[in-house]
Amino acid sequence: MGKIQTRLGDGFMVEMTEAEVRQDLEDGTNDAADRASVPPLTQDELDHLYDIYASPYKVVSVERGKEVCLSYDSANTKIKRAQISTSKIQSLQVLERALGADSLELAHIDYSFKPVKPIVTFEKPIMEQAVLLTIPPLLYGAMPNMALYSQPDGPSPNPADLLPKGKIKEARESQEQSMEYLIADIVHVGEEMYKSGSDGLNLDTTASAGDAEFLASLKAVEILKKKYPKMAIQMGMAAEFVLGMHGELYYDGVRLAGLYPHEQVKVAMKAGVDVFGPAVNIVTQESLPWNVARSATWIKACSEASDIPVHACLGMGVGGVPLNLTPPIDALSRASKAHVEICKLDGL
Amino acid sequence: MHAAHAIVSGFGGIRTAGDLVARMQFNGGMRNDAAKKHVADKLGCAVAELADPVTMNELREDMDLGRANEAPEIAKGIDAKFRISKLLDLEINCVEIFKKKIERGF
Repeated sequence: MGKIQTRLGDGFMVEMTEAEVRQDLEDGTNDAADRASVPPLTQDELDHLYDIYASPYKVVSVERGKEVCLSYDSANTKIKRAQISTSKIQSLQVLERALGADSLELAHIDYSFKPVKPIVTFEKPIMEQAVLLTIPPLLYGAMPNMALYSQPDGPSPNPADLLPKGKIKEARESQEQSMEYLIADIVHVGEEMYKSGSDGLNLDTTASAGDAEFLASLKAVEILKKKYPKMAIQMGMAAEFVLGMHGELYYDGVRLAGLYPHEQVKVAMKAGVDVFGPAVNIVTQESLPWNVARSATWIKACSEASDIPVHACLGMGVGGVPLNLTPPIDALSRASKAHVEICKLDGL
Repeated sequence: MHAAHAIVSGFGGIRTAGDLVARMQFNGGMRNDAAKKHVADKLGCAVAELADPVTMNELREDMDLGRANEAPEIAKGIDAKFRISKLLDLEINCVEIFKKKIERGF
């Protein structure tokens, strides 16, 4: 039997036999199906994934005609993080004219709503100028990141300190208090940037602090959509599973703790989200075929359950892309093609 | 990573019709296939041509929608977005704000 060169979830290369790759694909989809009670990938889909991973070529791509739209979390700060000496607007122009971006996102280097709030007055003129100079849809983006509202960084008692002491009621009250601060910050920033001309708002890495953060984000979306019905709102998730850090929070009768992507998208739609981004974290010690089969199983179910465009999160450490600062193009191109084709995505 | 995704799965932004399809997804509430059809109908081209940079470059220049390689007298930035808004029959926030500023007079 021939050997197939692939990688583990941390990016390091491994050689596997054809049988091992097929087994990992099957194990990955079955793991996802069992956890979320969704159907596993069909044999045809597993065969397609096998062909993608067995391809000897360094780069693979979607078939002609199956192109999707790309959106970005914190687009201009990726240029900043590489320490390339360009302004935010110049970075957006690089994305627009050199990197083939279908949409753009303006962001602050400290990519959370809480630190953006005090500097939003400095972000507004940048947005006002950027919309004059660029053509694709331009969103403003930041992370809800509710943990920043806990002590020592914020005003609320830290639930992570209270829970180990058995202070469950106090931990819940603290999260409920943080939710109010977070809602106010998301609404303020979203409103200010929309008044400056943005096409919408991206809430990225939503629910990183669990169900309370998810609920706060949904409520903020509701408020913004009620006031600005034409504002486009994108919501990208933090993980495949909403952590029940509070455990007793509901949105429209749906308990938020424990929701998987095909359930997350339904509450997001109810709140008024226009584009949803499911995220599936990588398991670093498993192979990429295992990870991609697992991720595609959840994201396919999400795409099928959705009435709105689905842009799956395929960055470093999510969606079968290795958890590595320099994702190898062989790994990234396979994850990209696999998700677009298997999950019938609208974007990435 | 951005460049890799753009080559593997993306349209190519303003090199093609990627920005137009994206607008119909973000602000038009359409999924990808519906958005592609809407844009192709408005441009008067085939869906298959939307991701072709050669065809789209010609079309974008003819319809003055802005393009990746700027040249004199071709629409840029907000100028292009005025025409895109009309072409797609879609309100664009910054275009509406710009119109309101002009309506205030000089």
